[in-house]
Amino acid sequence: MTDHLLEVQDLSVQFHSAAGTVNAVNGVSWHLDRGETLAILGESGSGKSVSASAIMNLIDTPPGEITQGRILFEGRDLLTASAEERREINGCRIAMIFQDPLSHFNPVYTVGWQIMETLTAHGRPKEEARSRALELLHRVGIPEPKAAMDRYPHQFSGGQRQRLMIAMALGLQPDILIADEPTTALDVTVQAEVLALLEELQQQTGMGLLLITHNLGVVAETADRVVVMEGGRIVERGTAREVYHNPRHPYTCKLIAAAPGKGEMRDSALSGEPLLRLEKVSKSYGTFTALKGASFDLRAGETLAIVGESGSGKSTLAKTLLRLEEPSGGRALWEGEDLFAKTPRQMARVRRQLQMVFQDPTQSLNPRMSVFDLISEAWVIHSEILPRAQWRDRVLQLLSQVGLQPEHAARYPHQFSGGQRQRIAIARALALEPKLIVCDEAVSALDVSIQAQVMDLLAKLREELGIAFIFIAHDLPVVRDFADHVIVMKNGKIVEQGTVRVIFDNPREPYTQRLLAAGLDPDPDVQAARREAREALERRAPMQEPA
Amino acid sequence: MIVSAPVPDTNHRPAQRLFTVLRMLWADKFAFCAALFLLVIFACALLGPAALSEAASQVNLRGRNAPPFSLENGWQFLLGGDALGRPLLARIIVAAQNTIMVAAGAVACSMVIGTTLGLIAGYAGRRVGQVIMRLADIIMSFPSLLLAVIVLYILAPSVGNLIIVLAITRIPIYLRTTRAEVLEIRERMFVQAARVMGASTPRIVFRHILPVIVPTLMTIATLDFAFVMLAESSLSFLGIGIQPPEITWGLMVSQGRSYLTTAWWLAFWPGLAIILTTLSLNLLSNWLRTALDPVQRWRLELGGKKT
Amino acid sequence: MKRMIGQRAAASFLALLGLVVLVFFLSRLTGDPAALYLPIDASQEMLENFREIHGLNDPLLVQFGNYVTDLLRLDFGESIRKARPAIDVVLEAFVWTLQLALITMALVTVTAVVLGSLAAFRVGGLFDRLTSLISLVGASAPDFWIAIVAIVLFSVQLGWLPTSGTGSVWHWVLPVAVLFVRPFGLILQVVRGSMISALTSAYVKTARAKGVRNRPIIFVHTLRNAMLPVITVIGDQAAAMLNGAVIVETIFGFPGVGKLMIDSILQRDFNVILASIVVTALAIFIMNLLIDMAYAVLDPRIRY
Repeated sequence: MTDHLLEVQDLSVQFHSAAGTVNAVNGVSWHLDRGETLAILGESGSGKSVSASAIMNLIDTPPGEITQGRILFEGRDLLTASAEERREINGCRIAMIFQDPLSHFNPVYTVGWQIMETLTAHGRPKEEARSRALELLHRVGIPEPKAAMDRYPHQFSGGQRQRLMIAMALGLQPDILIADEPTTALDVTVQAEVLALLEELQQQTGMGLLLITHNLGVVAETADRVVVMEGGRIVERGTAREVYHNPRHPYTCKLIAAAPGKGEMRDSALSGEPLLRLEKVSKSYGTFTALKGASFDLRAGETLAIVGESGSGKSTLAKTLLRLEEPSGGRALWEGEDLFAKTPRQMARVRRQLQMVFQDPTQSLNPRMSVFDLISEAWVIHSEILPRAQWRDRVLQLLSQVGLQPEHAARYPHQFSGGQRQRIAIARALALEPKLIVCDEAVSALDVSIQAQVMDLLAKLREELGIAFIFIAHDLPVVRDFADHVIVMKNGKIVEQGTVRVIFDNPREPYTQRLLAAGLDPDPDVQAARREAREALERRAPMQEPA
Repeated sequence: MIVSAPVPDTNHRPAQRLFTVLRMLWADKFAFCAALFLLVIFACALLGPAALSEAASQVNLRGRNAPPFSLENGWQFLLGGDALGRPLLARIIVAAQNTIMVAAGAVACSMVIGTTLGLIAGYAGRRVGQVIMRLADIIMSFPSLLLAVIVLYILAPSVGNLIIVLAITRIPIYLRTTRAEVLEIRERMFVQAARVMGASTPRIVFRHILPVIVPTLMTIATLDFAFVMLAESSLSFLGIGIQPPEITWGLMVSQGRSYLTTAWWLAFWPGLAIILTTLSLNLLSNWLRTALDPVQRWRLELGGKKT
Repeated sequence: MKRMIGQRAAASFLALLGLVVLVFFLSRLTGDPAALYLPIDASQEMLENFREIHGLNDPLLVQFGNYVTDLLRLDFGESIRKARPAIDVVLEAFVWTLQLALITMALVTVTAVVLGSLAAFRVGGLFDRLTSLISLVGASAPDFWIAIVAIVLFSVQLGWLPTSGTGSVWHWVLPVAVLFVRPFGLILQVVRGSMISALTSAYVKTARAKGVRNRPIIFVHTLRNAMLPVITVIGDQAAAMLNGAVIVETIFGFPGVGKLMIDSILQRDFNVILASIVVTALAIFIMNLLIDMAYAVLDPRIRY
């Protein structure tokens, strides 16, 4: 019974809120042993983080309430232990790292102090804490550990911050490390490094690793076993391989099917005059050059993907193109006319042909406008498109085109889910009957299953309406399934461009190769092979940590 | 230009809306009482002078410094009489008009001017913004009471002048808030989205930015109403605000000050009227902050359902 | 840092200059001091003589030019009323105001921060609701009314404290107490709100996961973060107080700079008005710098 290091038995947690009582997790059981990695896989709202919070005593009561179950750590039930006993276990025997390390570090104290606090909070002398913190900084690969001790969290890069967080968690060599979405906000190459570090540390210390994630690729890369959660329940469990290859529950099947990157690549043979031609477009902010001479062609109905890591300038390119930012140089010829030379008035007129769908639909829809107002605003601004009498019918038509219901017209954005909101944003873009839609990370904030639905919608619209797309993304598998052409950007420059087949099958540039190698495949077998390839690549040309 | 949804929506018809607001008000009992009290005060301010101004200025030697809680001289003497035997309750009701008028006028003027300047400073070019902000700095660094004293010393201390002076000193509050909010909101995605659609600057400012700021401004205005009332009372108390025979609550406190030891009620009741009104405004402002915040609003909507 | 101070100084100097110009001309509009200081039946000659002595006969612009030239030599002119250098009169009064402001703000800060933090720790508890009510009433109360009620109660009825004037420690009690009320109410509300949001922040979760005890979580992790907005409000309130607590000074016969300003306007003592404006503006400038430095000390992300 109690021979597991950590065992959660039949745990149920409720949250009492205004909207009623929510069963966050319902009768959840799992266990973790020394030296193994268990992944809890689930989408937002699945309750995947709740059992971890219960273990760490991080559930606020009220509004939370643990209604049943036991959490056995070395055979002892944590839920009946005193607050002081649990505090002594936290950080010492069981440690936790979080998504978004920037907000999880206290901004006003040095990282050295915060790492030392793990030890001092458990009664270790200051001197010991200091030398241990230095050792850990060195161990997790922070350059110049001595100087780093006295720096503040905001002075590190995202990847470094997650390393610091790991150092902080490992201060007292815990038996268990819980990692809650540890790589979600990170670039793929950094994600691969952080996961490799976690694995390495686990092998050294023999700790049990509980990994909470929404990403099948992360599971494939790291997990021995996996439990899949949906709506507060565990719907599937087994080894990572078993679950991927022989899913039994329909939800697991759906999740695996939704993972992008498995479809046929498109072979487009478009020719003729380009709809849009960029010539040496650049953009600087003061002395910093965000975009250095970007040039490309886009034909009507074509889908061009722009990929690259954060800070590569891909969003700047889109914003400059749409004149949301004023360009510093170059030309953007739209059907032969330079967009950058247009007056604001001329630009306003041409805007209806170039539309944009933003990353976060929660923020891109005015919260105080109903769906009807949001969509029909297009015709208020460009009254030549549609006479007022037809607005209502057209709104309903657009809603059904993007898969929403007529009664949704009167509702407000906060009454919709993330995927539905993105559909509204797409309907709004379509209302102007554009020739080009720029999607700036349009699906990266969505859950995988929702993401797949929205991508299907975009593909359908592309077929039906012949709209060209500029598709900005950091998620390569999505790009692989959707794009005709791909542009790879790094530090504001286009480093490689070509058809999707060329870029994905025969990348020339080492940077593109690394980017592809760092991507995680949901299939544990494919991922194992890819990892070999990546390690080989690393040996040939070690990657440097971005500053 | 406002486009309203032609599709019927139960939550957004005027009658329904009023009902929702009332229910949300009922959910916060303090705010409900505050709103009720303010309603009474506003009714006094509106109707009081017409009904009671004669009684309030009638000198009555029998009622000189008459003690409160006695109905001997009629209900108007419930709170006692002043040094000339005028009924305090009637005077407080009549004085409500000047007090509220000055505060409301000053708040309305400063809000309209401050918000307009703030929108300009936030959305227009950098240079215009800088000029406006420097002007605000000068007003801010001016001790506001001093400014009021100087101006009222030069001009006659009438209701209109008092409104102007108090409005000037409060403009920077709205200006700074509006500008700060505009600078933040103009970078938000939905404003960018409107620009991508080709929306004109006025449309972006009035349709997309202003509605987001209005709740904040309303909350500030409610608080500021209390602040301006206190400032006006202070001026009247110092003898440089409204002059007799006109009356405001502050002036009444000032007049009652000489009789503190013999007839405390002369200064006490008008002071209590001030404190209850400002307290109500503060309570209402707190409620507004919750009610106008889409993230917080459910607390009130739900509370209303339960009771 | 130096650059920030330089920029601030430049901006403040501009504002001060605008203020001096404004007040100089506005105050001349209040009337002729000669009419006020000389008897009604003073001869034309006496009036002329008086104006000549105080330089009031020159055209307004010449007067202003003279004033600014003197000002650059740090000469603030004479007080007509007191027949002494205006700056001496102002500094004397300012010392009183400064003491009053320092004592009051120190008391306000300590009590508001402690009570606000405790209230935030148990939101909705009895203590929280009690302090919320007190702070709300405090923030709503007119100071002149509190002063009057306090005098009636503590000086007249109970006879515990002197009604007005200066001299003993007891003379400070009522002015400080009355001045205390509003800033206390305002700052307590800000502390509470700021602490509540800081206590729900992610780094508190991290600290709990590390096994940090409750007390260091509140007083080491949260308070320092929560103090940032609080300091802004403290600065605003202190600035208002440095401008002179006119009402309190008037009622309690306290010889501070606020009362001096009002009296000088009523007495058309132009040089004193201008000198007091320059002195208080300088004090507020220094205080704002201190506030900015406190910001930088508390939050390493702020660098000037």
